[in-house]
Amino acid sequence: MTSKFCLKPMPTGAIALLSGALLLSACASPEKTGEIYDPYETENRARHEAAKRADQKYVEPIAQGYGEWPAPIRDGVTNFSRNLSLAPMIVNNLLQADIKGAGQNTARLLVNSTLGIAGLIDIAGDMEIYEDTTGFGDTLAVWGVGEGAYMETPLIGPSTERDTVGSVVDLATNPIWYISGGSYAALGVIGIVGEKLDERQKYATTIDAVLYGSADSYAQARQIYLQNRRFNLGQEVAFESPDCDEGGVADPYADPYADPYADPYADPYAEPEASTDQNSCNSEEIQ
Amino acid sequence: MRDLTNRRQFMGTIAAGALAAATPLPLLAQSAGEAKQLVDRAVADINRTISSGKSEAAMYKDFERIFATYADVPTIARYALGVEARSASASQLKEFTSAFQGYMARKYGSQFREFIGGRIEVNSARQVKSFIEVKTTAHLRGEAPFDVTFLVSDKSGKARFFNLFIEGVNMLLAERTEIGAMLDKRRGNIDQMISDLKKAG
Repeated sequence: MTSKFCLKPMPTGAIALLSGALLLSACASPEKTGEIYDPYETENRARHEAAKRADQKYVEPIAQGYGEWPAPIRDGVTNFSRNLSLAPMIVNNLLQADIKGAGQNTARLLVNSTLGIAGLIDIAGDMEIYEDTTGFGDTLAVWGVGEGAYMETPLIGPSTERDTVGSVVDLATNPIWYISGGSYAALGVIGIVGEKLDERQKYATTIDAVLYGSADSYAQARQIYLQNRRFNLGQEVAFESPDCDEGGVADPYADPYADPYADPYADPYAEPEASTDQNSCNSEEIQ
Repeated sequence: MRDLTNRRQFMGTIAAGALAAATPLPLLAQSAGEAKQLVDRAVADINRTISSGKSEAAMYKDFERIFATYADVPTIARYALGVEARSASASQLKEFTSAFQGYMARKYGSQFREFIGGRIEVNSARQVKSFIEVKTTAHLRGEAPFDVTFLVSDKSGKARFFNLFIEGVNMLLAERTEIGAMLDKRRGNIDQMISDLKKAG
């Protein structure tokens, strides 16, 4: 299958996305770690710019205001929201046959739901029982679904076709929507919004640096997201066929010393082969 | 939602980059234990700077000195410049390297505050190709621990780090993307880019 059979990343709603899940699983993108597959770059860039405008106008100012609230309240909201998402995470741990992760998240859920008063206090974190973060996107990856095209999605931000499906499933499987027939759904919304706002103000320096301090914030966000995502999925890096297009160096250990032009300590008497075998990317670039 | 936590973790990790950028590392036969002592010393150095109560400008000066001490700045700068490094004149390269050093100190230095009280633990060191890969775990207050990997080489004559990965994110590559984008915006005008880099970060 080629990319033209893939879901176009313009879904207007969760249902469209979910129904696209089947299409996606058949969507074999030319996925190699280190490569960037972004056939919808034009649309993605437009959404990126729209997201930046919305951030400047609404999200950032509101997040700053939220940051003035007492830390225990903000932490409580975030902890409560994170605790709710542990239940679907445990299911995903199990779907991935990740028993250790399931145990860790279960311990966390039990401790924080009881001692931590319905998840408001992160007692487990103090006990160094951390969240083994996972989701349906990770499960799809473990099941062999390719990541598909890169997507800049409304609300979620940087993602891929696979991970967008994952995020929607994660949201839909949050237990808060179903407790007592959904009477606590408002709490779930408050939790998620609070968590997002707290994150925005807590990491303001870093987020601002990427969004407003980089020459090409889209390219930076894409590169950072894809590298971090693949790292979290434990994907090994393909040392072969590196993609040298704008920042697509496949080899994380790309050795700047291997590039004779990039190497200020190059031995002019060295065999030419010796300096080109480690990083074909650089040697291509200098041709 | 998983992506939230990933980003949360990631933002902390970016902050740690600044911490990491000032971390000296061991070479070859040296043990992870010895490396840990060096790292601890660097972290103490950074924390001293943060808690010094100095002005922001003075702190950036300190960070720049730390970066210049522990990182192989000329190599990192050359890599960031990418293919343009070939066509640049010697004086342009020199100018760029100096501008880049200040830019890195400001860019990562501005995030130091986010990890006051943080620490980095050295886990392991091994030879990969011609350099040493040192795996560490960063602990920031209120964050789950995360991975920071340093690549260290002595090709400059001294043990210096020339790249680092924060939760899989390649610093060298991020800077090459950034410098490349700055050049594109200025239609490849290196001198203009250098003069703007002196103010960037």
